[in-house]
Amino acid sequence: MPINMLKTKFAEIAVCVAATPDTPSAPLVTETAHAAKGYDLDVTVPADRVTGAARIMDEAAFMLEAITGVDWMAEQQFEIVYDYTAVALGARVVVRARVPRATPELPTISRIYPGANWHEREAHDFFGIVFTGHPELIPLLLPEDADFHPLRKDFGA
Amino acid sequence: MSIEAQTLHRETFILNLGPQHPATHGVLRIKLTLDGEYIEDAEPVIGYGHRMHEKMGENRTYAKFLPNTGRMDYVAAMFNTHGYVCAVERLAGITVPERAEFIRVITAELNRVASHLLWVGAFLIDLGGFTPLLYTFDDREQILDLLEAVTGARLTFCYYRFGGVCNDIDDDFIAGTRKFIAHLRSRMPMYHALITKNIIFRRRCEGIGPISAENCRKYGATGPVIRGSGVAYDVRKAEPYSIYPRLDFNVPVYGQGDCMARYLVRMDEIVESLRIVEQALDRLPGGPVMAEKVPRILKPPKGDCYFNVESARGSFGVRVVSDGTDKAYRMKLRSPCFSNLSLFQECSRGMLLADALALLGTLDLVIPDIDR
Repeated sequence: MPINMLKTKFAEIAVCVAATPDTPSAPLVTETAHAAKGYDLDVTVPADRVTGAARIMDEAAFMLEAITGVDWMAEQQFEIVYDYTAVALGARVVVRARVPRATPELPTISRIYPGANWHEREAHDFFGIVFTGHPELIPLLLPEDADFHPLRKDFGA
Repeated sequence: MSIEAQTLHRETFILNLGPQHPATHGVLRIKLTLDGEYIEDAEPVIGYGHRMHEKMGENRTYAKFLPNTGRMDYVAAMFNTHGYVCAVERLAGITVPERAEFIRVITAELNRVASHLLWVGAFLIDLGGFTPLLYTFDDREQILDLLEAVTGARLTFCYYRFGGVCNDIDDDFIAGTRKFIAHLRSRMPMYHALITKNIIFRRRCEGIGPISAENCRKYGATGPVIRGSGVAYDVRKAEPYSIYPRLDFNVPVYGQGDCMARYLVRMDEIVESLRIVEQALDRLPGGPVMAEKVPRILKPPKGDCYFNVESARGSFGVRVVSDGTDKAYRMKLRSPCFSNLSLFQECSRGMLLADALALLGTLDLVIPDIDR
């Protein structure tokens, strides 16, 4: 079963998570019920491992569907959510990473998935998340001189 | 030859296609770097129609966001609403009555046909053929009349509700739809004679603008684009939802990856959608069209969920993150056109400008869906 194989592969990355100081208490690689959640595997990786996660997904021939952020203001963190789908299997994998709200930086995956280029620019527009190594992190949907990030919870609208 | 002349003939120039070019369907701008008529680089510039629907999803109740969904991809508005209500229903644990599921599929598939008919007409205009539009709009008009009678709208439908649909279909609609199915089936040979067999059309499409299956995967292109590249990916089959698993329909796939393949996929999908509608009408059960006990103000439990539907343009996804209140904490709207357009820059490199416009046309872009 490919999902099981992926679980093992992600577990290697997840071990590195446990080594970091603020380890989340929830399991890092969880199999979820597709009917209830809409995805089959929920993976949390440290922010600097998202490229490794993308490589695992790429080797397993997954398609990148979307990248987005969630502003967890109470915890002073941004969550970055990567949605992958396996065209052949109909299976979905969610990869999550968290960065501090004050220094929202994590590496780009646009070298592995060129489609990530626009999704990362959009997340930069909306949240101000900086994807280091991105070829041109300039506004995509917002005006070219935009200095605001509308999906931050402290942005009034 | 002077030094000046030697450098001149290698010079490239920059041309703005849009933001209002009639061939670009809405406010899309493409910054072209051209070497003569050949494209060195084509950078899409988007965001002219950006309205921040995702923020609007966070600052109003779930029900109040319903009309927004019909205003993203307004050519196939049913699918956006379908994806949204299904995501919220999944999160809130609402079960939809069977009759409502059937009506949803009937209206959604009619919308798919309307969307593809509009695309065929508009695409032929892109290529310089005006006539087919007059025929496709004539047929599309009949679908809009049918849908208007039950939904109250012709374009920006807001027909689905959490737990069902807001209005039951009547005998007039069923009879009218059956009549329309027979009518459109009789028109398909005419379309193939008018368009598919047209030598000018074939020359403009065959072998033009190839997109590889690998590029589709790397850029997340879905819908008729990936199916025109030989991959049988359809959310209705890959992650069956609603009553689709109970219906018999094929997923048209063409392997050439060129403009012709994407055209043929859509033409075949019209026929398949008619089959789906016919089967759903045949088996339409009785009963209510709204679930009982759906609270007026929804407060889904904490957590997140994702729901994908196969829109006329590809995989439309909604991620809802709930914090247990009456408003979504985060609402991500995954637009198929966004990903489909993102591969244009790579795939158009080295093409003739006129051919690149054919490629752009076959991506079937609705710009407000990209901009959201």
